[in-house]
Amino acid sequence: MRRLLWPVVVLVLLLVLNVFFTPSFFSIEVKDGHLYGSLIDILRFGAPLILVSLGMTLVIATGGIDLSVGSVVAIAGALACLQISQDASVFTAVVLALGLSVVLGAWNGFLVAAVGIQPIIATLILMVAGRGLAQLITDGQIITINSPEYKLIGGGYWLTLPFSVILVIIVLGITAFLTRRLALGMLIESVGGNAEASRLAGIRSRGIIIMVYAFAALCAGVAGLMISSNVSSADGNNAGLWIELDAILAVVIGGTSLSGGRFSLSGTVLGALIIQTLTTTIYSIGVPPETTLLFKALVVTAVCLIQSPSFRAKVFRRRGRTAPPSPAAEEKVRVTA
Amino acid sequence: MFKRISALVLAGLTAMSVAACGSGGSTTAGTSGGGDSTITMGFSQVGAESGWRTANTKSVQDAAKNAGIELKFSDAQQKQENQIKAIRSYIQQKVDVIAFSPVVESGWDTVLKEAQNAKIPVILTDRAVDSKDTSLYKTFLGSDFVEEGRKAGKWLVEEYKDSKDPVNIVELQGTTGSAPANDRKAGFQEIIQADPKFKIIASQTGDFTRAKGKEVMEAFLKSNPDIDVLYAHNDDMGLGAIEAIEGAGKVPGKDIKIITVDAVKDGMQALADGKINFIVECSPLLGPQLMDLAKKVVKGEQVPARVVTEETTFTQEQAKEVLSSRQY
Repeated sequence: MRRLLWPVVVLVLLLVLNVFFTPSFFSIEVKDGHLYGSLIDILRFGAPLILVSLGMTLVIATGGIDLSVGSVVAIAGALACLQISQDASVFTAVVLALGLSVVLGAWNGFLVAAVGIQPIIATLILMVAGRGLAQLITDGQIITINSPEYKLIGGGYWLTLPFSVILVIIVLGITAFLTRRLALGMLIESVGGNAEASRLAGIRSRGIIIMVYAFAALCAGVAGLMISSNVSSADGNNAGLWIELDAILAVVIGGTSLSGGRFSLSGTVLGALIIQTLTTTIYSIGVPPETTLLFKALVVTAVCLIQSPSFRAKVFRRRGRTAPPSPAAEEKVRVTA
Repeated sequence: MFKRISALVLAGLTAMSVAACGSGGSTTAGTSGGGDSTITMGFSQVGAESGWRTANTKSVQDAAKNAGIELKFSDAQQKQENQIKAIRSYIQQKVDVIAFSPVVESGWDTVLKEAQNAKIPVILTDRAVDSKDTSLYKTFLGSDFVEEGRKAGKWLVEEYKDSKDPVNIVELQGTTGSAPANDRKAGFQEIIQADPKFKIIASQTGDFTRAKGKEVMEAFLKSNPDIDVLYAHNDDMGLGAIEAIEGAGKVPGKDIKIITVDAVKDGMQALADGKINFIVECSPLLGPQLMDLAKKVVKGEQVPARVVTEETTFTQEQAKEVLSSRQY
């Protein structure tokens, strides 16, 4: 839990910063039978990123990386909206879109595990080609649909809560159960530590790698449905653009090592929330658009530095405070979900 | 030994191709000046990245057919090198006129110089280039983004001319640094700054997309309780913002007046439905104007260096009338 201290501190600082500019920032009211407020917005708009980051966490835990999630987001949204615009039922559209996502993810996993292509290259293929595929599906146009049922996924409410947030909680719950209550998480970490050694120890490394890529794509597919549902339209060019980078950032902020072998689901959720809160903060305190990226970069740099045990050790030592726990000891802290 | 032979062969080939280029260059003047009845135009499009662009392509293709101009069309897929390749191939094919929408502003001098040496006139459409030497192209046909911003501002001033209360405006800008975003902002600012009652209380980029438009508007609604007017640099951001406004329990078009730019189909629909109050058109249908210019340029007539696309504005009533006949 200690390792999550700093991400939590940053998140709280960002939220408090908002209160200075928007005093009503923490207020949540009920409007039209659902919750309404800035905090709800952060959760709602952060939901797709949390999902994509969850999938990314497991991929990174196996020592891989998935650059194609943004394209899968676009493809899933495009396919679902196309189906609905052609009078298919919402259920068929969602199943088809998610099915295609899983197939694409399994393809990534196949390239990585069976063919042995480096993950960054294997998924780069789909990152580039997938955007083209999404444009092919939408014919380069924005498909606008009018379906209240589909709207529920990303823009609707259920029991006063945003439906997308409920979806995230369900997926998070299932993932946490599978990886932390069952052995799956340990198997993933062991593959990430050393795939060959794991195979020799009797773990089906290939199967696990293909599975995590398929899972990452499934998460991205659901996120794609949310994003397109939220605005009732599919935009093959812009949906999910650069979300893979935000997701990788969220995973890293959450304390999962890019070299694989361990992961933290709750850290990832925190990381994704920090990124979304940062975006909302920029809008509400009115950072001019020209300096938005610089502002983001500064905050992210600060987050990364403050999380680095060796950086903290140096800074605190110079100030003559009591020495913090040694970096080595902290590295060994067991990961908790 | 083999190396030496292949080097020799290569040198020979190079010399031949250089010679071929030279002869090609000298005959070009003869054919293009020949006054052949059909004009051949080489057109290099940016890509097919939006509905707007697709309508633009179709307009050029249809207009060429109607004007009896033979069109050689190529899609650059957003890449400058593809566009340069296409223009070079048009030069080799000795077309009568080259038209293109540059993907980016800079880096065109060399290839435009080649066209000039081949005595092929060049027309820019939709987007400009930053070449210092304006003799490299005959004319630039496209929208005036500053004027679009001014039109939006003028409607606002007219709408609130009887009101004394301050008018709180929020602005959704296009992609930061893009010409339409900069110019639409500047034109709008220019008109409304005359009257201090108009205040832009928040302005952020929505990257020209619906998703961002909605997200930014949600945040605006929370941090600024009294928003009177939304000015969005394109329809899509406006459409996203409408959803945010409805989610906040307000009525778009009434509680918050909305002005957008573009006039794509979904935007016009929202305008006709009363959710948007005013749309400034940014028309992609510049095909007919382009063909007229091409004919004049090939004949050697003088054309103005800057031709603005014929564009209009739409109120809610006008939108209802023209909605069924919109092509994009």
